[in-house]
Amino acid sequence: MLIIVPIKQVPDTNDVRIDPETGTLIREGVPSIVNPEDRHAVEMALVLKDQAGGGKVVVVSMGPPQAEIALREMLAMGADEAILLSDRAFAGADTLATACALAHAVRQLGQYDLIICGRQAIDGDTAQVGPQLAEFLQIPQATYAQDLRLEGGKIRVERAVEGEVQVLELPLPALVTCLKEANKPRIPTLKGCIGAFREKPFQVWNASRIKVPLEQIGLKGSPTQVRRTFTPPPRGQGIVLTGDPQQAVQTLVQTLREKGIM
Amino acid sequence: MAISIDKNLCVGCGACLKVCPYDAIDLIDRKAILNDSCVHCGACVDSCKFKAILSQAGEGPRKDLSEYAGVAVFAETRGQGLAKVATELLGCGRALADTRKVGLTAFLLGHRIQGLAKDLIAHGADRVVVVDDPRLAPFRTAPFARALTSVIQQQKPEIVLIGASGIGRDLAPRVANRLKTGLTADCTGLAIEEGSGLLLQTRPAFGGNVMATIVCPHHRPQMSTVRPGVMKPLPRDDHRQGTITEAKVTIKETDLRTVVREVVRLAGKKVDLSEATVIVSGGRGVGGAKGFEGIRDLAEALGGQVGASRAAVESGWIEHDHQVGQTGKSVSPRLYIACGISGAIQHLAGIAGADFVVAVNRDAQAPIMKAADVAIVGDLHQVVPLLAAEIRRARKENAA
Repeated sequence: MLIIVPIKQVPDTNDVRIDPETGTLIREGVPSIVNPEDRHAVEMALVLKDQAGGGKVVVVSMGPPQAEIALREMLAMGADEAILLSDRAFAGADTLATACALAHAVRQLGQYDLIICGRQAIDGDTAQVGPQLAEFLQIPQATYAQDLRLEGGKIRVERAVEGEVQVLELPLPALVTCLKEANKPRIPTLKGCIGAFREKPFQVWNASRIKVPLEQIGLKGSPTQVRRTFTPPPRGQGIVLTGDPQQAVQTLVQTLREKGIM
Repeated sequence: MAISIDKNLCVGCGACLKVCPYDAIDLIDRKAILNDSCVHCGACVDSCKFKAILSQAGEGPRKDLSEYAGVAVFAETRGQGLAKVATELLGCGRALADTRKVGLTAFLLGHRIQGLAKDLIAHGADRVVVVDDPRLAPFRTAPFARALTSVIQQQKPEIVLIGASGIGRDLAPRVANRLKTGLTADCTGLAIEEGSGLLLQTRPAFGGNVMATIVCPHHRPQMSTVRPGVMKPLPRDDHRQGTITEAKVTIKETDLRTVVREVVRLAGKKVDLSEATVIVSGGRGVGGAKGFEGIRDLAEALGGQVGASRAAVESGWIEHDHQVGQTGKSVSPRLYIACGISGAIQHLAGIAGADFVVAVNRDAQAPIMKAADVAIVGDLHQVVPLLAAEIRRARKENAA
């Protein structure tokens, strides 16, 4: 069974700070991490591989050369092979151009059974690349999966959305995006870490290696453009209460009453 | 890229028909002919042993953008009725359509849903296009993607809005890809740019730490998913006039490969923050799952719901349904109390619709304190129980 897991290296957005003078992001010192939900996707793939009685889990990432470390980390977790799609031509891609590059890379891997993605990346939060990849490959999809099982050559997926769970049955190959509720990602072992650097195959592919037309990737292949970025204007400053908590609480309740909120 | 077939080289073997993912090649008089479904993806190029399929670099046949006019919304249904986000999209779509001086159309897809068309008109639609098909219930990605793509191709709206719900976020990326146009996720602001007439799609980005305005200048339609709970629906007006038409779409056998075995409603456990009038939220400062007991108690005293920041959810202190902000829910309660939440821009964006914001935080400099109507500088573990007690006392007084 061949399972492909696309992952993304992202800045840890919980640690992002804004420069109060310029209103721009301070990226310095912000650590790069593997997108949290992608770890769950790798875990889901590893469990499924065991359930299927063998096979291969290949992790793929599109990014700068530094994204190698994110892929190595997934190899340490237990993935079998890693491919880094790295080429200046990929830069500036929106979700469509990203999915296009990934789709061409997937086609180079030959016959696969399943693609598992994290639900969304914490830097963009779009949740679009998974479904757009499935569309390029013309395979069925199940997003927001909280559970995935193999059943007689098909997969059974529990899809959790808006207060309900849909139980779906999909033929393979298919694409699934997984929620963090699905599992608890394993911690890489020391042996795994050594293997990730010494033994396991790691390849870097550029645009010509995946045979993708240059006008379909990167900035050129992106229908959307960023017009501007800004920090939202703050709400006006209200009343600030300091000192004795009991007094503060009484003042608050009084204010709420005056405003007719209570 | 533009694909074309050289008739002189084509021998009519049909190899390309098998590899085309879009059913876009027909064999007519022993020659392969591209039909309207062709998106120029290039999948067929290598399949031709006779080099009859040519791929030319370039953007392919540019669409004539002026063919596209009007604003359309996807009218998502929930059970027997409309999803709330459908009316929100109509409210926002109405304003965009009026600015562009064009009509507002709602696309209503499903089975036995015609009755909802008049509700869409009452909420602002000029026209409702209905696709009624038993294969469109319950929701499945592939038949819905086929039907919605087809209706968009027939109607050619310049703007398409879809709710950023579990259904919308599943469906919209596939449809946008099939149309080879842009899609902006989870928008919280939409406007028409003066001069160009382009749709300005504003959304929180980079974990919500900044806002980004996105445009889609050379492709149509311009597509956005819109975050539920942000846009305001118009008041219902049953005197509004509009037309209802049925559209025909061809759903293919291959669209039905996914089977819905069952749908389990999670009754009782459901948290719906987007409809709550009072929300008490906890963040990193709460310190742990146990710390949320105080937050719950205060929410109970106020008859409200419990919310949480992303940090608290990611720490595993509370379930994801409670999350407010970028990756969670946008809320618009009358009263929002943020306890131990620093107020990343994503969170502030999520509570932009709140009428009155109270923040409790030890750090007077935290961004949330500057955004609050009342900011209490202090330890939430002291303030929250005191506040709960004071509110209960005040309630009793009122009742007496």
